[in-house]
Amino acid sequence: MTQAQRLSQPSLLGIRGCTREDLELIHATAKEFKDVLNRPIKKVPSLRDFTVANLFFEDSTRTRLSFELAEKRLSADVVNFSAAGSSVKKGETLVDTVNNILAMKVDMVVMRHPHPGAHHFLASKVNVPIVNAGDGTHEHPTQALLDTFSLRHAMGEDLTGKKVAIVGDIKHSRVALSNILALQLLGAKVRVCGPQTLIPKHIRSLGVEVSHDLDDTVRWADALNMLRIQLERQGSDGSVRFFPTLREYTMRFGLTMERLEQANRDVVVMHPGPINRGVEITSEVADSPHAIILDQVENGVAVRMAVLYLLSQHRDT
Amino acid sequence: MQDNVLIPSEQFELILDRLAHQLVEHHDFSTTDLVGLQPRGSRLAERLQRRLGTLVGHEVRCGKLDVTFFRDDIRTHEKPLTPNVNDMGFTVEGRDVVLVDDVLFTGRTIRAGLDALLAHGRPSSVALAVLIDRRFSRELPIEPNYIGKHVDSIGAQHVKVRWREEHGADSVILLNSKPE
Repeated sequence: MTQAQRLSQPSLLGIRGCTREDLELIHATAKEFKDVLNRPIKKVPSLRDFTVANLFFEDSTRTRLSFELAEKRLSADVVNFSAAGSSVKKGETLVDTVNNILAMKVDMVVMRHPHPGAHHFLASKVNVPIVNAGDGTHEHPTQALLDTFSLRHAMGEDLTGKKVAIVGDIKHSRVALSNILALQLLGAKVRVCGPQTLIPKHIRSLGVEVSHDLDDTVRWADALNMLRIQLERQGSDGSVRFFPTLREYTMRFGLTMERLEQANRDVVVMHPGPINRGVEITSEVADSPHAIILDQVENGVAVRMAVLYLLSQHRDT
Repeated sequence: MQDNVLIPSEQFELILDRLAHQLVEHHDFSTTDLVGLQPRGSRLAERLQRRLGTLVGHEVRCGKLDVTFFRDDIRTHEKPLTPNVNDMGFTVEGRDVVLVDDVLFTGRTIRAGLDALLAHGRPSSVALAVLIDRRFSRELPIEPNYIGKHVDSIGAQHVKVRWREEHGADSVILLNSKPE
């Protein structure tokens, strides 16, 4: 396949809307940035005339850190904004907040927002590239890009026909949807696995298999992406509980070494973090050679550099 | 105007031989590394590396340096700039370096190359070897130390180096317009 030179979109709002060529271009560029990150001086001047605003309307540690490092490694100027302690609390609208920031001559916006679709809305109102760093339970495209990048590194470039299972809380996960779409674009087969209550009703319409049996899924899969059980959504605040007890969840859907050994072959284990050790994955598995969890984190910076670099080139067209 | 052949293939070999001998004359290759600028300079660097290996009797180190991320026209260039593989494999801290490129024109690639090189250590000296020097078209104060051939050309023209590996025979051609 001949390589595209330019992304098909001016912004990265989600994996939906991306083409296979976009993914290939981002991954190919990320490979070169990974090399940059292994040099004695891990910095290039490509975005030195660029200012990026990181707008986090929802808490984040690693994604924000990863984006900020990516921006700094590209020599961009960075401003950070978090909703806590800002004028958002005083009732300012999203468009006003962003336009105020853009009035200070910002060239690109990286945003996390609790509302699904906030980025699409914003993209129709402002005229700079927008990178989605997570919108509610909808999409988290850079996570999917770095997960597929890490998978290709671990399993070989061609993911065609490879079986990847996403396990756990599919319902509340923005990582799940973006991963499903990205994996399918690259030709992989996707299965989701979890308790019935945590799997959205119509997920089959995306063309994925559904299973409620982790043992069967481990035997089926070439790679497992273990999602975090979002403890904050499990009834501690009086809201709905999606399974009876954490212990029961762990017994049925926790990935242990015994379960993994049934596969009798090398299964790659991923986790987008933060890990609940002993809940969805045991320490033994998380620290085993099967796990590429820390590679994912390392690749995250390179993939985000690639996204920022490619979008920055899109501006003048 | 017809496209001109600047260097036919029989002369090409002679020029590479001369460049290799000039390099040996001026550099101690136990402390000197070749660094080719990607993509076309590294091809020339590899050819020189092979000749130098024979001349000095041991392998000469040769890195491939990609300057894409260090260019000054990243967002003003008409086409997006796609990076090439960067394959240095060694640091140049305290070493003498010969930067190698195929055509020297405005000098901006070499400027970016000097920047990119510094990410791999602080070399004790840097020299520049080019196959073609398009004189009188420099935009920066950069001059080569070793030159295959001088060419006087106008800005709209394009100098294309053809390599045996890609085109079957080595030659250098002066095109009257920039190829697509």
